[in-house]
Amino acid sequence: MKLVKSLLLVTLALAAVGVQAKYNGEDRGRPVMPAEINAKMQAECSGCHMAFPPGLLPAASWKKVMTGLDKHFGTDASLSAADTKEITDYLVKYGSNRWTASTAPLRITESEWFKAKHLSGEISPAVWKRESVKSASNCMACHSGADKGDYNERNIHIPK
Amino acid sequence: MKFTFHTSALLACAALALPLVVSANPILDGYKAETKGTFSAAAGEKLYKTVGPNQLSCASCHTDSPKNAGKHAKTNKAIDPLAPSANAQRFTDAAKVEKWFKRNCNDALGRACTTQEKGDFMTYVLSVK
Repeated sequence: MKLVKSLLLVTLALAAVGVQAKYNGEDRGRPVMPAEINAKMQAECSGCHMAFPPGLLPAASWKKVMTGLDKHFGTDASLSAADTKEITDYLVKYGSNRWTASTAPLRITESEWFKAKHLSGEISPAVWKRESVKSASNCMACHSGADKGDYNERNIHIPK
Repeated sequence: MKFTFHTSALLACAALALPLVVSANPILDGYKAETKGTFSAAAGEKLYKTVGPNQLSCASCHTDSPKNAGKHAKTNKAIDPLAPSANAQRFTDAAKVEKWFKRNCNDALGRACTTQEKGDFMTYVLSVK
């Protein structure tokens, strides 16, 4: 009886670890795009690229991104203090609600969930280099509803 | 009563005269007031085409002419024409103009632009028909 009990405990513990370890704790939120839309965030981010849904990264990542806007991936994307605060507050509020790791990557493409969903065996590295795609940050190239938080597999069209 | 009549007559005259003054850009006027000098479209065009330490120029994203639609050099994002002759929205919001001068002078030239340079640049872009 004691053996059965301890076996059961071990199994439960492993199951718990298994659940927690999905994408090593680096999972995107659900939903990735909240119902509340922030017009300033939409306008400012999409000045240069798609306004990424906040749930793609944890709050800690957004804090880092928003404090380094003057050197944003090699580009000066600085904002006024007031706009920075409003957008940071929004992103932090709606950062991934399923991210359990203490990690905070700056790039969405560095997160475990992203890497697992875009394995090189499934998507050839050459696809990313196509002029129609150009960068892995260009979600809309394949996920046409990405700006609205729609990453459904049925709506993926990989361009030539 | 007499005073009121005069004021409204003056306002009417001002309103009639206004379209003649509209061609000047208030943001450019602000830069002019700051430098108390004159601006040159030729100097602005030279700045537009200057390639800086990051191998970038204004033309890298805005194309050879500010009249054309451009494309972000890194993200491919479409950029509407910069010249007001092709895009009336441009240079109408001072905060937006300052925001982009700060960012793009840093990216293209690796430094901030002077008020003189901003004035020259605007004079050039506003002159492109």
